[in-house]
Amino acid sequence: MELQERPGTLKIKMPQVATAKEPVLKVAAEARKPIIQVQDLNVYYGSAQALKSINVDIQEKKATAFIGPSGCGKTTLLRCLNRMNDLVPNVSIKGSVKLDGQDIYGSGTDVIDLRRRVGMIFQKWNPFPKSIYENVVYGLRIIGINNRSRLDDVVETNLKRAALWDEVKDNLHKSASDLSGGQQQRLCIARALAVEPEVLLMDEPCSALDPISTAKIEELIHELKDTFTIVIVTHNMQQAARVSDHTAFFYLGELIEFGETGKLFTTPEKRQTEDYITGRFG
Amino acid sequence: MKATYSDIQARVARRKTMDGIFAVVGLLSTFIGMITLTALIFDLATDGAGRLTWQFFTSFPSRFPNQAGILSAWVGTTLVMLVTALTAVPMGVAAGVYLEEYAPQNWLTALIEINIANLAGVPSIIYGLMALGLFVYQFHLGHSILTAGLTLALLILPIVIVATRESVRAVPGSMREAAYALGATKWQTTKDHVLPYSTGGILTGVIIALSRAIGETAPLITIGALTFIAFLPGSPIKTEFPFISFEWLTSPFTVMPIQMFNWVSRPQREFHFNAAAAGLVLMVMTLAMNGIAIYIRYRFRKRIKW
Repeated sequence: MELQERPGTLKIKMPQVATAKEPVLKVAAEARKPIIQVQDLNVYYGSAQALKSINVDIQEKKATAFIGPSGCGKTTLLRCLNRMNDLVPNVSIKGSVKLDGQDIYGSGTDVIDLRRRVGMIFQKWNPFPKSIYENVVYGLRIIGINNRSRLDDVVETNLKRAALWDEVKDNLHKSASDLSGGQQQRLCIARALAVEPEVLLMDEPCSALDPISTAKIEELIHELKDTFTIVIVTHNMQQAARVSDHTAFFYLGELIEFGETGKLFTTPEKRQTEDYITGRFG
Repeated sequence: MKATYSDIQARVARRKTMDGIFAVVGLLSTFIGMITLTALIFDLATDGAGRLTWQFFTSFPSRFPNQAGILSAWVGTTLVMLVTALTAVPMGVAAGVYLEEYAPQNWLTALIEINIANLAGVPSIIYGLMALGLFVYQFHLGHSILTAGLTLALLILPIVIVATRESVRAVPGSMREAAYALGATKWQTTKDHVLPYSTGGILTGVIIALSRAIGETAPLITIGALTFIAFLPGSPIKTEFPFISFEWLTSPFTVMPIQMFNWVSRPQREFHFNAAAAGLVLMVMTLAMNGIAIYIRYRFRKRIKW
């Protein structure tokens, strides 16, 4: 994939992107029902409370960013959206998270099905120590799809979606661990997209990547949100400003402010938000 | 008191001497171990090498030392190890994976874990006594290959479980998360990722455990292994239907170390040469197994990078 902009120029473009989208957004926000509704969510690790009555609506086919200092609970919230927190011992979750109106913590929820609808990209890329091909098709193999031509199609489509196809198309059966860090992370994105999720959760997907790879992934997010709903946790405020439509600012387990990205970064309502985004925090 | 330059020099020299002394002591300790081992092997080889002929491997024991061989012993050892491996490996791997991946983290699991670690340290003769009571007297399995295999399986089960748990634990949590995030079930995650990525470690542990079992004598004498066997167990493969026979499982048996023990306790010196030759064979078997374990570990480490 050709790089359209250097990371430096992306930063300058940021306010333009936000303001240009503003009028469209208002209409869209009213017209569209949120795909995920987090209602009065409280999360405890043992006796320590990690999230305090969180209420957030995530709009369909938009990118929503969670920002805030380390330990503020943004990753915890993200991992509640596909119930990855179930794997943590001693965690207790109260409140509800609705996906298309259905409470995913309700008794009728099949976690396996939920995780196919809500995919996830992790902070540290984690391809399986198998071939590139087998990584992409794993989500299909586990539901019993082994048809060779169908899998070939899925591999090509999703590696293209993840902007990795041109770099790896001749080495599909080579080990994924021979790729560079940025390529491995894009492979993980292709793997997550291959199961056709509705929502893609990204937990600091670029925090361990160099600026060039970061720019590639940010560009990817812009393209992907035409098809998928994206929720991204990031430590990088410029990144949140560049890629997201809505931003939520968390501090010490509380949601301090949530709104349109352009507005939150230019005219924040809360003092804490302003202090954080201007770097005066602490 | 202010230290003069010569004082400091003297202290440095003293410390250097200490350094040198330790290096020599360490080297000597290493050599004593190595030399003893080499001497043992050399002794075995000089005594036994002369007896290592084709005839030695294809003959039954005999009262004439020159005609005696280890046929029934190595066949017995192989069959007993087969039973041991076929029972201990699936059970041990299943138990290890269960404890590591599935078991809830509570006091009962903790208690089981502590007991498994303790079981690995129980003297082998105790397993022999238990097997005598359980397999021979309660289940009436006889003084058979089956009893011996099951006894040794119990003996190495804790080792297999511990090895499995360690290798399974070495698989990064991010691999499990990746699979779960794609909608894999716990079993799919275990079967497609956790087990394949830990196979190297598990196999290494299994082979080390088997190479311990192959030299065990005490528990097998306790359950009544014979020291003199001049026939082979029934063949597992038959020419007529159903082609497979399990008759061999109930057959009396002897194994390599017991055959050695039998020969060593005889007065004639020629039998001692036989014992040394059998010892050589047993040692080559053990070393070969350890070699395979090292090779497997190397292969899997090279293949899997996180």
